[in-house]
Parts: sequence; C-alpha cells; structure tokens
Amino acid sequence: MSETAVSTGMNPDVDVKPPKQDSGRMKRIIKNRAIYMMILPGFLYFLIFKYIPMSGLVIAFQDYQAFLGVMNSPWVGFKHFERLFTEPMFFTILSNTLILFMMNLLFYFPVPIILALMLNEVRREVFKRFIQTMVYIPHFMSWVIIVSISFVMLSMDRGIINELLAMMGFEKINFLMSSDWFRPMYVLQVIWREAGWGTIIYLAAMAAIDPGLYEASRIDGASRFRQIWHITLPSIRSVIVVLLILKIGDVLELGFEHVYLLLNSMNREVAEIFDTYVYTAGLRQGQFSFSTAVGFFKSIIGLIMVMLANWLAKKAGEEGIY
Amino acid sequence: MVHDKTIPSRIFDIVNYTLLLIIGLVTILPFLHVIAGSFTTVAELAQKRFVLFPTEWSLDAYRYIFSTNTIFKSLGVSVGVTFFGTMFSMLLTCLMAYGLSRKDLDGRNFIMFMVVFTMLFSGGMIPTFLVVKELGMIDTYAALIVPTAINAFNLIIMRNFFQNLPEGLEESAKIDGAGDWGILFRIVIPLSMPAIATISLFYAVTYWNTYMQAILYLNDGAKWPVQVILRQIVILASGLTADTSSMEDFVRPPEQTVKMAVIVVATLPILCVYPFLQKHFAKGALLGSIKG
Repeated sequence: MSETAVSTGMNPDVDVKPPKQDSGRMKRIIKNRAIYMMILPGFLYFLIFKYIPMSGLVIAFQDYQAFLGVMNSPWVGFKHFERLFTEPMFFTILSNTLILFMMNLLFYFPVPIILALMLNEVRREVFKRFIQTMVYIPHFMSWVIIVSISFVMLSMDRGIINELLAMMGFEKINFLMSSDWFRPMYVLQVIWREAGWGTIIYLAAMAAIDPGLYEASRIDGASRFRQIWHITLPSIRSVIVVLLILKIGDVLELGFEHVYLLLNSMNREVAEIFDTYVYTAGLRQGQFSFSTAVGFFKSIIGLIMVMLANWLAKKAGEEGIY
Repeated sequence: MVHDKTIPSRIFDIVNYTLLLIIGLVTILPFLHVIAGSFTTVAELAQKRFVLFPTEWSLDAYRYIFSTNTIFKSLGVSVGVTFFGTMFSMLLTCLMAYGLSRKDLDGRNFIMFMVVFTMLFSGGMIPTFLVVKELGMIDTYAALIVPTAINAFNLIIMRNFFQNLPEGLEESAKIDGAGDWGILFRIVIPLSMPAIATISLFYAVTYWNTYMQAILYLNDGAKWPVQVILRQIVILASGLTADTSSMEDFVRPPEQTVKMAVIVVATLPILCVYPFLQKHFAKGALLGSIKG
C-alpha cells in the first residue's frame, strides 16, 4: 500500500519500540486483525459498487457489447464524446441544466436564509418549534410523494388549483403538460420540500451569536430590522458563503428522481437534463457506451466544480469543505 | 434575551408570527387536503373542491385500492426492504465506522480518502447498473439494498461519533481482557445508541423512499415497492409520461380520492415516525455539517 509514509508518520508507537519500523507495522497490523475484519465488508462494498463502476467508465471509449463484455468490446477512442458535443440535444440539455441551476440559486437559495431569520426572531420557543415541525415535514417525503401531491392538486381533472382558477373566472391551465410551467413547478417543489430543512444549519449558526450584541444594540436604539441587518446577517456570513459554494459545486446535481418524475413528452425540451438523458439513452435505448460517455462528462464537470468551489471558499478566507 | 417592548418591535413580532404561521400552514395544507380528500366521497370532493374536514366520511377509496393486492404487496416489499435494508446498512456502517475510528490503524487515511472520494466522483448510472447486472441482482430485492448499503456521509458521522467517545473506555476494557469485537459490541455500541438511532432513521427513510433503484433494477412489476406503484397510479395514470409500462390493475384513470388514498398509504409510515425523526434528524444534520 502506498500510504506507508503517512501512516507510520502519524502513529506514535505505543508498544515496545521496534528495532525496525516495518516489523513494528507488521506487528500492529497483526494485532489489529480483528479491526481489519470489521472494515472488510464495508471496504468490499466501496470497491464493488463505487470503484469497479469507476473503472467501468472505460466503456465510454468502447463500443460496448453485452455479450463481449468490457474486456473484448472494441475500442473507439473519443467517438462517443464527439457525438455528444455535436448532438443538438447536448446544448438543449446544457442550457436546461444551467437555467434550472440559476433558478434554484435565485429563487430557492435565499428562502431558507429568510425563513431562518424569521424563526430566529421568535422568542416563544413553543411557537418556534411548532412552525419548525410543520416546515420540516416535506423533507422526509420522497420526490414521488411530493410530485404526486402536486399532480393531484394541479391536474386538469378536478385538481384543486384548476378548480380555484375556474371559480375565479380564469381559464384552466394544464400545468403538468406545459413547457412554460415546468421550471416554476420544479423550483416551487424544491422550495416546498427543502426550504424548511435548509434553515437548520443557519439556525445553528444564529444560536451561537452572543446575546449581548443584541442587548447593546437595543440600548443604542437599534430597531429589529437593523439588528438583523447589522448583527444576525454578518454573523452567518461565512455559513452562507460555504453553502453557496457547495451549491455551485453541485451545479449538475438537479435531482434525477425529481426531474424524471416531472418529465413528459410535452415538456421534454425544457426538462431534459444529463441524468434523465443518460437514463433514457442508456437503459431505455441500450446505448450503454454513449450514455456512459454522457455520464462521464457530467461527473468530470461535477468534480471540477467541487474542487473549484472549494478553492474559492479557501480564497474567500473561509474554511474549505475538505 | 430581555424582551424589547417598544411599539415598532411589537408590530414586528405580530407581522413575523403571522407570516410564519401562514408559511407553516401553506407547507402542510397540501398534505391535509390529500388526507381529508382520501376519506371523503368522490361526490363531495367534486362539489366542495377544497376539503379539509370531510362531512361525508367514506372509506370507498381505501376499499378500492385494497380490492386488488397490488398495494398490499408493494407495501410489504417496502416494509421488508426498509427493515432488512436498515439492519444491513447499520451493520456494515457501524463495523466500518468503528474500524476507521481507531487511530492506531495502518491504512486508515487511505481508506478514509477512498470513502470521501466517492462523494466527489462516481462511475455513474450505467457502469453501476452493469455491475449490479453482472452480480445477477437484476429483479432481486437485494438490488434495492446492497448497491446503496453504505452512505458515505452517514459513515463519516458514525466514525466521528465513535472517535469522540472517551479513549479510556477501550483501554480499561482491554486490560480486562476484552477483544476488539467485545469492545465494539459490549461497550462502544451500547454507549452510542443516540447516534445509532439517528443514523438508523436516516437509512430507514431512505429505504422507504427508494424509487430510483427500483426503476433501474426491477423490471418485474410484482416486486415493485410502494413508491413505484404510487407513481404508476398517480403520475402515469394521468396519461402524461411517454412510458406506460405494465399497469394491469388500474386501467381506467383512477378517481382523485383513489389517488389521494394511495398517497396517504405511502406517506403514513413516515408521518408516524416523524416525531422521532424531527428530534434526531436535526441533530444528525448538524453532526454531518461538522465534517472531520
């Protein structure tokens, strides 16, 4: 194993000083054999279900045939990547991804911050906990449930929203089959499911603020808004920055399940993202190599974005995420 | 904090409390609407539109969905997958987390790096699918459990928890002649019950909500968990998605009340454990944010 230097440097020898470093390490390994046995199942899990698939990415450079296997399928170099970048669908997918990401950033990201600020101003603990109990609920529901409830409420056939529209004299809107309504619907569902849960980390940061600051500002005659602006917000600045950067790192992670559930033939042109495209092209149409290339491209961009975001965080004087 | 009793501050509080109450209600109204709607008759729902408390109670919708055994079966699958999945995941996670919490272990940093790297980069959907297929797991319940057995995030939370236990405990147990397995099962695990409860709930909710694994790995409709059936009945039945595979039991588009009843059935278990979830999950989410 290649970590020799790291591990021997890290661990002070608690046992009898060994004559040579290596025999001491051997002894320790033998002494810890039970510990290795404990790690083994988990280690195998990561090997089989995480690292073998990573090596399976080589089929992006092959014309993979199931009956030939990874070993014998012919190599084709960058053929599938060339196809990806010349496919008109590629730009649709890329722009869909970026637009959904921007909408998330603009309309979802501030919501938990505002909600946390509001909750933080509540002094009655019972009331605060009551509200928290309500807004956390959707987070535990699967996307299937969230989307199903939305469908029941938005459907043309006696959905409550359309009934209300009709009652107020408007025309019914076919939200579910409309390419115009897909994006607002997507973002609203993200807000509904995650905004409450998203407050937790901000509330924790706010709980650490010294109450003396508020006392002092109150004596100086600061209003509640000024307190929020000059005390609470600056105190959670670093948390906001870190979460923002994490979000940027996740630019391509828009949630396969969520989008896939909303996707239909009428909104495909605005709703198709990398994950849904990989699923359709790969598992539905059996283009294993091409869809692996698409997924590979996505993973690489994701990795670069995470590293870039982390570097930015450190640049901004914040602690990195790893 | 001493209360600020000036008039602008009072007004601020009133507005703030009112807005929060509205936000809270808006969040849960859809659930209440669906629950109430599922217990009423088709006629009442059509007539009153927004029902929060049914005047005409009816179990028709439930009778209808339980008239075939599709829902029963899928609930059974979900319960089984949740139970065995959580056990399996906890076993693997605890063993590995405890191992990795031992500071005197050679190779520890290497294995930790290996775990963390999977959070940043993955082989993706298709290569993972091919591995699952090679292992002969397609159309088996194992496919819903084994390929997602360990969540790297949960593993790190557990490891951090174990690492923060007082070291003297292990030392004194060793002096008393306990082996590593004994220390783990007789000392470390009993002392870590709060963390174990939290992570078990994390896993249980994930398994109950499992959907993607099922559509990736199970072609056989008889093996589908309740989430997939829910999608078939509510989302596909509206004739929306291009793919309308195997929906033998519900040919006619189901009534709103029926859809609502299926949603309630798929949601209920989570609402039942929710009080526990809330307490533990908030803690867990914070544990996770303090990464080690």
